[in-house]
Amino acid sequence: MNKNLSWKLAVIVGILLAFLIGILGIPKDWSGRGVLASIAERIHLGLDLRGGTHLILQVQVNDAVNVDSDNALARLKEDFRTHKINYADIIKPDPVNHPEMIVVKGVPPDQTSDFKNIISDRLPEYDASSGAENSWTVSMKAQNLADLKNRAVSQAIETIRNRIDQLGVSEPVIQEHGLGQYQILVQLPGVDDPARVKEIMQSTAMLEIKQSLGGPYSSEQSALQEHGGVLPPDTVLMAGRSIGSRDTETGEAWYIISRASAVTGRDLRTAEPSTDENGQPAVRFILTSEGGRKFYAFTSAHVGDNLAVVLDNKVQEVAVIKEAIHDTGVINGRFTPQQTQDLSMTLRSGALPAGIKYLEERTVGPSLGADSIRSGVRAAIIGMLAVLIFMLIYYRWAGVNADIALILNLVILLGFMGYFGAVLTLPGIAGVILTVGMGVDSNVLIFERIREELRNGKTPPSAVEQGFGHAWITIVDTHVTTIVSAAILFIFGTGPVKGFATTLVFGLAANLFTAVFVSRVIFDWVLSRKQRGEALSI
Amino acid sequence: MVRYSLFAKVIVSSEQRTTNSEQQIFEGIVSSVEFFRDTSIDFLGKKWYFLVFSLVFSVAGLLSMAFWHGIPLGVDFRGGTLVYVKYAHTPDPSAIHSEIEGAGLKNARVQRYGQAGNNEVLIALDIQETSEQALDKGKTQIIQALESHATAGKQDLNNSSSLTVANYLLEKDPLHVGTDANPRYSAIAQAIVDYRDKVKGGVLGSISNDELKSVADPAVVASLQDNFYVSDFGIRNVEIVGPQVGQQLRKQAILATLYSLGGMLIYLGFRFEWIYGVAAVLTVFHDTLITVGAFSLLNWEISLTVIAAILTLIGYSNNDTIVVFDRIRENIKLLRRDKLSDIVNKSINQTLSRTILTAGLTFLTVLALFLFGGEVLHGFSFALVIGILIGTYSSIAIAAPILVAYQDWRGGRGKKPIAMPVRSGSGPAQPKEKVKV
Repeated sequence: MNKNLSWKLAVIVGILLAFLIGILGIPKDWSGRGVLASIAERIHLGLDLRGGTHLILQVQVNDAVNVDSDNALARLKEDFRTHKINYADIIKPDPVNHPEMIVVKGVPPDQTSDFKNIISDRLPEYDASSGAENSWTVSMKAQNLADLKNRAVSQAIETIRNRIDQLGVSEPVIQEHGLGQYQILVQLPGVDDPARVKEIMQSTAMLEIKQSLGGPYSSEQSALQEHGGVLPPDTVLMAGRSIGSRDTETGEAWYIISRASAVTGRDLRTAEPSTDENGQPAVRFILTSEGGRKFYAFTSAHVGDNLAVVLDNKVQEVAVIKEAIHDTGVINGRFTPQQTQDLSMTLRSGALPAGIKYLEERTVGPSLGADSIRSGVRAAIIGMLAVLIFMLIYYRWAGVNADIALILNLVILLGFMGYFGAVLTLPGIAGVILTVGMGVDSNVLIFERIREELRNGKTPPSAVEQGFGHAWITIVDTHVTTIVSAAILFIFGTGPVKGFATTLVFGLAANLFTAVFVSRVIFDWVLSRKQRGEALSI
Repeated sequence: MVRYSLFAKVIVSSEQRTTNSEQQIFEGIVSSVEFFRDTSIDFLGKKWYFLVFSLVFSVAGLLSMAFWHGIPLGVDFRGGTLVYVKYAHTPDPSAIHSEIEGAGLKNARVQRYGQAGNNEVLIALDIQETSEQALDKGKTQIIQALESHATAGKQDLNNSSSLTVANYLLEKDPLHVGTDANPRYSAIAQAIVDYRDKVKGGVLGSISNDELKSVADPAVVASLQDNFYVSDFGIRNVEIVGPQVGQQLRKQAILATLYSLGGMLIYLGFRFEWIYGVAAVLTVFHDTLITVGAFSLLNWEISLTVIAAILTLIGYSNNDTIVVFDRIRENIKLLRRDKLSDIVNKSINQTLSRTILTAGLTFLTVLALFLFGGEVLHGFSFALVIGILIGTYSSIAIAAPILVAYQDWRGGRGKKPIAMPVRSGSGPAQPKEKVKV
């Protein structure tokens, strides 16, 4: 054997070992069970094989934009007052479709430059453009708007991840989904009844502690009537439970609540299930030191006033501030113990920056997953054996060569998946089978060419040389076209389909190496052991 | 020695050319099986038959898409709710239907699913009953309707997760275990649920020592009996797709298909002449059309995985076409004086064994998938089965004739024949001796 060939053989054996480790890992013990466990750790099964829930969520990013533009609007009003700028009206004309837009009507022409200065100083993220009749449209700059929306999505992902982690779901996938449509993909292996998880993910859990300036009122009208039809400045009407009638189911009560918050969910250090003074389930929270300082300042300034605990824009509790409070508080409600657990968990994980809704839900029960593994593996083994046996019959010793190359191809494919943590799905198993079927095509192209060259009177070494040389470019072309489609599938697909594209791309890429390089080395090795002129079994 | 007769000439070589002793040495062929050697079929001469064949299938598919079944979109693209339920006994779809109707779901479709012995039904709600406001409402209603025979105050063990079972056991502590109660009961619950799902196919017959002896202690079974009952069904699989996702996926499927075709056109145009790219892409489009047409004719639903299969076919069907084109290009350089139609015929014949073998081997694997891969992959593997058959046929019957037709059309307009670029780096230099044909 010449030196060159030995080198190549060494490379192949090295690669074989490296990818075998990719599949097997380094098992703790070499019993059958230990090896299987080690494989299971490296080759991750998709939801369709192991069972679980797949969800697609829409982040309603406009919520986040509305919060920002509400703040901007409030700030503008304030600034217009302090800078004595006159205006007829300031509104958000279309909060649903254009939440980023504020319209200021009737700005006197002589105050235009002051107006513009305020916008550029105080709201650098907004632009003002003039419209008809001295009205101005103030809207968020495109770049800032896009940033804000993307930030809402990444914050939502972070929050959902925190919540799911605390539920103890193993190996969840939480990532942005689709191409810029503010969607999130959530995969929860092993969760086959997603109702509770969905509830927990969806709750915005926005906690605010505010001042209550009046209530409870039985209806919005009566609340307004009490104040002569106009709410006190910088307050809002908010619905809540009618406090004090805890034991009756009676529905809503209305409160007048300050716009500003003393502290919010961001100031929480932790929250945990607890009981209130009446022994009812409640959630106790502790503020961060910064939040505690704010809360202390607020409560000491408002002793004797009412304080409202607001969760997701609903008043949960109103209590009199008896003394300055440092950093703890209790949220009451008609909670069950389970609800206090879920609520404390969502509070700990932080608020969602925007609401979410579910667009797609797929649950694969574990029994179907087990069946799918069985039938997938069965089809794979039958298909592979059929190909391997055919090659042996049709090409004899060259068939052995092809079979070795194919098996190495599979080892590299699965090893790749082990190293990259790629997910094996049911269509992914189909991709493995297809890789065998398509991969062997390369061998056929080469072998047929070699046969043809032999028929044309070439010596075996030269026929092998020519066969590989001519078939190589064809093989590259055929692989590129298939890999291009599979790559497009990878980009567009999710879940099972992505798993299919993954195995097909990895499999065919590996095939370029095995069918061409490895198979060639084996031929060279066989030829090196033959006498000149001795026939080649093909 | 085995003789194979498949198509045209089948040759068992090694016994041939023994007259020339020198050649025998270099022949280098030990006995081996060979299909399709030295065929000389006039494929181009049959182009009108091919055209009729392709037209019949394409038009039948198109007519079905336009006037009969339409394009039968699966839940992925149409949106809606599907619940797959497995029963412990042979299910009665009409009884199930009336149960569900009783719960207020008027337009549910209930049908048997999979092989008869599987006792499975598919319950489908269309998109009107699947709103994004409460995505899983339909599913919840279906399950409630099916559980209408529930034993009051008990939970259904066939539709409980291992977590539910574990929490219950942890609370009751039937084994009176100490500190490691949590892992112990989790493991027991997991074993029960695994037994149900992996051994019993998702439906336990009863909660009894008989049924559960391999996985649970009698004390555990007794405790389970207090809180659980077993219904006669288990939920296998739920798919709920809201209208927005359905629309999005439709758009993406079309885009992906177009990108894929465009990618082929660009790559082949770049590697060959642009007309080769056009011919290959037209051929693949023909394959796609016939495959989708087959789904329409059979009224089989096109799911996401079917689209995946079609995209794969777009890539794979080109392979045979490329092999033929490569040979045409090689032969054009060797046989400058021959007519293009002769060269094309010759090239198809020379590569015929490869075309049939490669497609045949891939077909073998796809057939294994179709026959043994299970219900979930049925549409996917069916698309591949049809697509590979059509793709192989069309690379011979459609792609090459397009080249010749284009050449004739150019010739008719007095232009030069197609220029064949010399390909850079196409392997070793051409053999000096003339290729025997």
